[in-house]
Amino acid sequence: MTVAVVQFGGSNCDRDTVQALSALGVDATRVWHEDGLPADTTGIVLPGGFSYGDYLRAGAMAARSPVMDAVRTAADAGTPVLGICNGAQIGCEASLTPGAFAVNRSARFRCEHVHLRVENADTPWTRAYEPGAVLEFPVAHGEGRYEPGSDGLEELVAADRILFRYCDPAGRVTEAANPNGSAGNVAGIVGEHDHVAVMMPHPERVSLPDIGPTDGRGVLQAFT
Amino acid sequence: MTGYTATVTVRLEQGVLDPEAETTRRALERLGFELSDLRAADSFEIDIEADSVADARERVTEMTEQLLANPTLHDYEIEVEQR
Repeated sequence: MTVAVVQFGGSNCDRDTVQALSALGVDATRVWHEDGLPADTTGIVLPGGFSYGDYLRAGAMAARSPVMDAVRTAADAGTPVLGICNGAQIGCEASLTPGAFAVNRSARFRCEHVHLRVENADTPWTRAYEPGAVLEFPVAHGEGRYEPGSDGLEELVAADRILFRYCDPAGRVTEAANPNGSAGNVAGIVGEHDHVAVMMPHPERVSLPDIGPTDGRGVLQAFT
Repeated sequence: MTGYTATVTVRLEQGVLDPEAETTRRALERLGFELSDLRAADSFEIDIEADSVADARERVTEMTEQLLANPTLHDYEIEVEQR
């Protein structure tokens, strides 16, 4: 009974994620990707960082590492999987979720707090929030511009697969509130089934009451 | 078996925003150059041993589709020459 936080060379949010999950009472452990998933894995986090130095494209190398076959098998069997930031890029590169994350519209690394509007509150990742709730999360990425591919955005909207959109403090989804140029201000989506999700903002960085706000706890509560 | 070099060019599909290319274009303009547009692409040179050009192309196409290009974002071209 453990949530495996898969560490690749260059991951750097793995410890934060374990700490945030532990604070919620979730048994979580860091797992080096070459060691494979523990037999008692009940959830998987692909954490943030710069796996393989972002070579080729962010997440491209990690997405094709052997552990991802095990992640895919677990996801197919219903194990919840969450990709955060670099983990989101890995998730899309591995086709766990549709689309891709491209270089930010500004061509700059964006490291700041942003506002997110909860689009679909009927998923394991958003059940703790009210629909339309406005949350404050940090982002820190250079390649976070969500590109859904042709017709992809309409399909995601139609299937209600968008978890969060970037918005202003009042919840308005505007261009100015979009930190990276993502199509439709998309900040997080679910895969074919809603127990698989990716998001660029960092819930684990807003989960510990001792160091600030805790808006991110709701996402991680999917593992409780 | 013959030695071949395959050159794979991977570029963003037309219409996909390329902020790095845009930034490069603006920098050239700041330097006083006049240009209408600029597109960036990644190029990979792959040396392989294969039975024929067609065999080399087939294997490099597989490499490109599995890793070098992301079908959501990219188009690619492959040129194969005997080494």
